[in-house]
Amino acid sequence: MTVVYINIIILCLLVITAIAINQQDNLFATTMLTGIFSLLSASLFVCLDAVDVAFTEAAVGAGIALILFLGSLAFIKYKEKIENKVSVFGLITVILTGILLIYGIHDIPGFGVADNPVQTHLADKYIVGSSKEIGIPNLVTAVLASYRGYDTLGEVVVIFTAGIGVLMLLGRSRENYKGLIERED
Amino acid sequence: MEHHLVLRVVARIIIPLIMLFALYVQFHGDYGPGGGFQAGVIFASSFILYGIIFGIAKLRQVIHPSFVRSSAAFGVLIYVGVGIVTILNGGEFLNYNVLSQSAEAGQHIGIMIIEFGVGLTVASTMIILFFAFAKP
Repeated sequence: MTVVYINIIILCLLVITAIAINQQDNLFATTMLTGIFSLLSASLFVCLDAVDVAFTEAAVGAGIALILFLGSLAFIKYKEKIENKVSVFGLITVILTGILLIYGIHDIPGFGVADNPVQTHLADKYIVGSSKEIGIPNLVTAVLASYRGYDTLGEVVVIFTAGIGVLMLLGRSRENYKGLIERED
Repeated sequence: MEHHLVLRVVARIIIPLIMLFALYVQFHGDYGPGGGFQAGVIFASSFILYGIIFGIAKLRQVIHPSFVRSSAAFGVLIYVGVGIVTILNGGEFLNYNVLSQSAEAGQHIGIMIIEFGVGLTVASTMIILFFAFAKP
């Protein structure tokens, strides 16, 4: 029962942080609040017994992403440009989507129930089989690296491609820019 | 950041510990939470901390951008290479069972190597991103 209360508290804090991010016009504060949001989600994942996901969220969301945001903040102004424009179309879309989501809640299976479709298809195969077939204690690593090896290869290639993309957009251009200035001198 | 004495001293103490923790997460991923993705990010964060405290020019001397670029590609190559080796040993692509005499030992070796590839690519890519975004 205590876990339920902790979940409720963390979810409330997440909503408060999200509203604060939306209201804040100082980009530095927004960045910090995003980090807090990531840390809160990480603790939520710990409550859900997903330690590996929590670890990733804390390392990537609250760690590296924050530093990269701060690094890019150094290039721009700290104040967000405020536009006091209320888009009616956007408001209607958000309200409709919210109503649809709340309506959809009635149809999803109960939280953590054993006979959910998610739990009955492959999960027991992994849980029973992995100790015999893979032989490593961490089930997440077994699924990630062995059963779903193709997926993980795809993820690594995606990260690599993202790095290449950033290099092509930002990495070279500054060196060329510097070279241009030197040539002009 | 050159006048921040406390930051410099603390960074010097903490950077090796971050690296050690990253290696622990990397190679203990079979037994506890962790793995290549998390370890790569933590390992990269030690270099990024060094870059923030001591400056980008110093970081370029420690680890050159061209080296990071090639090691990012090398990580993917390790991962795919394991797949190729399993094909050559007579299994399917990324079927680690054929890597060793017993299937279980093969799985252990395969997972260890591909996690290393993942960690290398993730760490290198994060450092690449930092080099690209950091103000020189």
